[in-house]
Amino acid sequence: MATTTINGKEVVVDDEGFMTDYDQWDRQIAEGLATAIGVDMTDEHWKIIDFLRDDFKVKGETPTIRRVSSEGGVDIKRLFQLFPKKPAKKMSYIAGLPKPHGCV
Amino acid sequence: MILGGGTAGTMAANKLHKELPSGEWQITVIDADDNHRYQPGYLFMPFGTYTPDQVTKSRRAVLNSSVDLQYGEIDVVRPEEKVVALTDGREFAYDMLIIATGVSPRPDQTDGMLGPQWQESIFDFYSYDGSKALADKLKNWTGGRLVVNIVEMPIKCPVAPLEFTFLADSFFKDKGLRDQVDITYVTPLPGAFTKPIAAEAFGNTLQAKDIVVESDFMLMEIDNEKKALVSYDEREVPFDLLVTVPLNMGAEFVARSELGDELNLVPVDKFTQLSTQYDSIFALGDANDIPASKAGSVAHFEIDIFVENFLQHIAGMEMTHRFDGHANCFIETGDGKAMLIDFNYDYEPLPGKYPYAGVGPMNLLKESRVNHLGKLAFRWIYWNVLMPGRSMPLPPLMSLKGKKTELLDQNQSKEPAFSA
Repeated sequence: MATTTINGKEVVVDDEGFMTDYDQWDRQIAEGLATAIGVDMTDEHWKIIDFLRDDFKVKGETPTIRRVSSEGGVDIKRLFQLFPKKPAKKMSYIAGLPKPHGCV
Repeated sequence: MILGGGTAGTMAANKLHKELPSGEWQITVIDADDNHRYQPGYLFMPFGTYTPDQVTKSRRAVLNSSVDLQYGEIDVVRPEEKVVALTDGREFAYDMLIIATGVSPRPDQTDGMLGPQWQESIFDFYSYDGSKALADKLKNWTGGRLVVNIVEMPIKCPVAPLEFTFLADSFFKDKGLRDQVDITYVTPLPGAFTKPIAAEAFGNTLQAKDIVVESDFMLMEIDNEKKALVSYDEREVPFDLLVTVPLNMGAEFVARSELGDELNLVPVDKFTQLSTQYDSIFALGDANDIPASKAGSVAHFEIDIFVENFLQHIAGMEMTHRFDGHANCFIETGDGKAMLIDFNYDYEPLPGKYPYAGVGPMNLLKESRVNHLGKLAFRWIYWNVLMPGRSMPLPPLMSLKGKKTELLDQNQSKEPAFSA
């Protein structure tokens, strides 16, 4: 574990730079994380990030792409447009959540 | 009441039968038919190693004779009333319910999979019919681009697609066709497997066999005209023969009963398998949502722990046993060899020896002949030891003895979050 400063705030991150403390996150930090991976946040992005945060709070796990699509009501194709190439990883990174674990 | 008389349901029924006083409890199993399939055998059928009749026994014959077996399709569970309703109108009341209806391949969930190329050049080996049809196809196939694909995780037996690929390599070598066949492994995972140390070992084996890996591939649709897989990020992988593992989903009655998540898996406590919604419902084996492999070996270790917990639960006591997600799987690597992996919720598969430290005789994460013999012997063990609920001389919880744990520190991922 290491700490890093995002938009002037110090946060704890793991080896890959994912935040590890749910409560350290705020929207300003999320803006910083999004900028770092080249995502320009719009209302549509925020709606999805909010869904991830809310769902994690209830389930204790980062939702998969399928879950974001079926429960969050966003087409998977659209997720790939909003968070290009690696939507699962990018969404959870911005939302300050662990990567969704591909279950073995 | 046990829904599903497959691997998990049968083991649970036969083990509970031994523990529950017969005057107080009646065990009923409900399943659609009498065909208990040895699903690990589906891997071998396409190559002619097992014939279809070698993978099937009567459910009735595998269950203890005092367990009641009813045939029928489940319509819905009404948990508030503790009733299971079948589509033929029959209703069964229960005191405790165990959902063990597993997961099934769902080719209907991917656009284009059930198109004109289905069972012409698109096959699956996760169903009895699919595996049989693929065996017929492989008999006469003369070569071209073979693509092995996983649509989405989680799937049953997550190593099976790798094994299929290794066995296909071996199969075509034996036929003298290998140089006519291009093999590509297309996966939604970032590498050959989910866990880093095993992913590296499998990745090396794939490379040594000249198999190309197309990773991070989220399948959007199958283009039947072009005969190509198309991903959401607009990559295309053409094929002459596609062997796909369709999306795996839990039973539809689980959704109708509002007991499941988006894949119809029943949310449970990962240590006890008790439903998070109802304290009269457990879900065992592939049907639940625990973060472990969907595999018979997991169900086996899980049910050893579950029986202890169940007895406490019905006595009104707190459940004190905790399942650790333990799994071990033989992985066929072709040419008469296999690997073995042993892992749980907390520890990824590591190299070493199993079950005895330093001695083995099985080798973890390393190809060997003895592992392959273990895999073949497993069919006998399945029918004669596991299904009747006899004990295996293996502890249900995972042990770190004999494993090279020092690799865990060396292998901590140092890569940055995103490589553009």
